[in-house]
Amino acid sequence: MKNRALSRRQFLAQTSAGAAVAGVACCSEFASANSKLGVAGGSPTPTPPSSSATSGLVDMNTLKALRIWDGHCHLEGFEGRTPGERMQNMLRCADRMGIEHMCVFLGMQFEFYASPESMRKQNDEVMEAVKHSNGRALGYAFMNPNYVDDCLDEINRCVRDGPMVGLKFEFDTPALANSPPLDRIVARAGELKAVVMHHTYIKTTGNMVGESTPLELAELARRHPSVTIICGHTGATWELGIPPLRRLKNVYADLSGSDPTSGFTEMAVRELGADRVMFGSDIGGRSFASQLAKVMGANIPLSARPAIMGENLRRVLRPILQAKGVKL
Amino acid sequence: MIDANVNLFRWPFRRLAGDEPADLVANLRKKGVTQAWAGSFEALLHRDVAGVNARLAEACRTHGADFLVPFGALNPKQPDWQEDLRRCAEVHKMPGIRLHPNYHGYTLDDPVVAELLALTESHKLLVEIALAMEDERTQYALMRIPPVDPAPLLDLVRRMPNLRLVLVNAGYQGVHSTEHISELAKTGNIYFDIARIEGIGSVARLVEQVSSSRVVFGSYYPFFYFESSFLKVREAGLPEDQVQAILEENARNVLIGR
Repeated sequence: MKNRALSRRQFLAQTSAGAAVAGVACCSEFASANSKLGVAGGSPTPTPPSSSATSGLVDMNTLKALRIWDGHCHLEGFEGRTPGERMQNMLRCADRMGIEHMCVFLGMQFEFYASPESMRKQNDEVMEAVKHSNGRALGYAFMNPNYVDDCLDEINRCVRDGPMVGLKFEFDTPALANSPPLDRIVARAGELKAVVMHHTYIKTTGNMVGESTPLELAELARRHPSVTIICGHTGATWELGIPPLRRLKNVYADLSGSDPTSGFTEMAVRELGADRVMFGSDIGGRSFASQLAKVMGANIPLSARPAIMGENLRRVLRPILQAKGVKL
Repeated sequence: MIDANVNLFRWPFRRLAGDEPADLVANLRKKGVTQAWAGSFEALLHRDVAGVNARLAEACRTHGADFLVPFGALNPKQPDWQEDLRRCAEVHKMPGIRLHPNYHGYTLDDPVVAELLALTESHKLLVEIALAMEDERTQYALMRIPPVDPAPLLDLVRRMPNLRLVLVNAGYQGVHSTEHISELAKTGNIYFDIARIEGIGSVARLVEQVSSSRVVFGSYYPFFYFESSFLKVREAGLPEDQVQAILEENARNVLIGR
C-alpha cells in the first residue's frame, strides 16, 4: 500500500507556527515527561505549504487569525502550587494551540456544594491567577445560590470592585437554575453587565442533585431577558440541549466539555445562528485540542468561525470591559 | 498518516458527515491520511455478522482499495462465529478484526474471549477491541451501553505472546476511565489509540504511561471530528520521532506483526 510519511516538520507546518514564536516548550503536566524524553524547546517554524497531502489540516496561522477566546477554562487539572503557576502552565498550553484569551472560573480544586468561605477562596484563587495572565485571562465569580446574600457580597467584591466580568453557577444547591434564589443574583449581574455562565448537562445516567439542564436555564433566561446567559456545555446531549435555547436571544450555546462529536456545532449554528454559539474548552478536564476540533472540523461556513471562536464572547463582554476601562 | 480507528456506514442514532464511504475516503485523504483501518457501525447492532463483513469488505474495495483496510466484526455470542472469523481471514483477506464486547453482551473474562483470541492468533489477525463508542452520559436513553473493562486482558495477554492487540477508544469514558493502561502495556503486544484520550496534554500522558511505541493515531472519524485527534498530537508537544511513530510507524509495524 502506498504510504506517504508525514514528518514532524510537515506536521508542525500544519499546526504550530505560533508555538515556537511564543517560545513554548510544552504544557507543564507533561513537562516532566517530556524532559525525561529529552524534549527541547520550541521547534523551527516552517511556513505551511500552500498545497500538500495535509492541506486539509488545521494550521496555526489559521488558529491565531481567528483570535480565539476560550469561554470555559479551569485551574484544576493544571500543575502548580499557586494560582499564578497554574496560570503560567495554562498560558503555555494555550500558546501551543493558538488560544488568545481565556475565561477562568472555580478554584484550584473544585469544591462543589461550597460554603461561603469556599466560594470566596475559589474566587480569590481565580483573581490571583488572572493577575498572572498578562491580561489574557478574565475571571468569573463562582456562585453558590444556596447563600444568596454571600453571592451578592461576592459580586460586589469580585465584579463591582474587582476584575471579574462574569458569574459561574455549577450545581451547588438542590434548587435548579430556574429556582427563585437565582433571580436576585442574576439581576445583580445584569446591573453590572456581567455575563452569567451556568453549567448544564442532560445525562442519560442521571443528573446529579442540583444539576440543571438547558430547560431549567431557559426558564431563568426568560425571566432575565436583558442578561447575557451562557448555557455551559449546552447540556452535552446537544440534540436535546439546543432546542430549549432557540427562542431566547439572550442565551448562548457553549460548546465546551463534551466529546468532539460530529454534528454538534453544525446543529447549534443551524438552530441558533453562528452569532449565538461560543467556543469553550473546559480545559482542565478536557483538552484544548478536542474542543477546538468542534469548530475547526465542523461543516459550517468559514465565515462562522471567527464569531464562534471569539467575536461573540468579545461582543457580550465589551460593555463590562469598557466599564472597567479595558480596551479590546 | 495511518488512522487506526474509523468506521463506515451509519451510526444508528444520527447522520454523520462522512458516513458515506466515498465521502469518508475523500475527507480523510484531504486531511493527509494515507491508510485507514475501517470497522463498520453496522457491526454494533446487526445480527447478520457475515453480511456486515461482506459489505465492509466490498465498500473498502470499491471506495479505497489502497486506502481502506477492513477490520471485520465478530460476535462470539452468536452461533458459528468461528466461520465468520475464517471468512474475515480467508475470504475477505482482512488483516484484523474489531470487537465490540459491550454491544454484543459479553465481558472480557468470558471464556469465549480466550478461545476467540487464540483463534485470531492462529490466523495471524490483528485484534482491535473498542472499549466504548459513546460517552455513557449522552447515549440514547433506551440504549445504554457501559464501556468495556479491559482488566481481564492482563491475564489473557500474558498467555498469548503472539497476540497483537489495539485498544481503541480507551481513556476518558465520562463517568469511567480506562484503568490498567500502564499494566496492560507491560503485559504484551498491546497498543492504544488516542481518539478518546482526554485532558491537558493527554497524548503526552499516554506516552508516559505506555511508551510512544505503543500509541497509534486513531480519529474515530466520522463519529468524532477528525481534527480532535490530530490537534491532540499537536498539543502533546512530542519530539519528532515520537510524532512520526504515533502518526504512522507504530500502526504499520503492528499491522504487519513486526
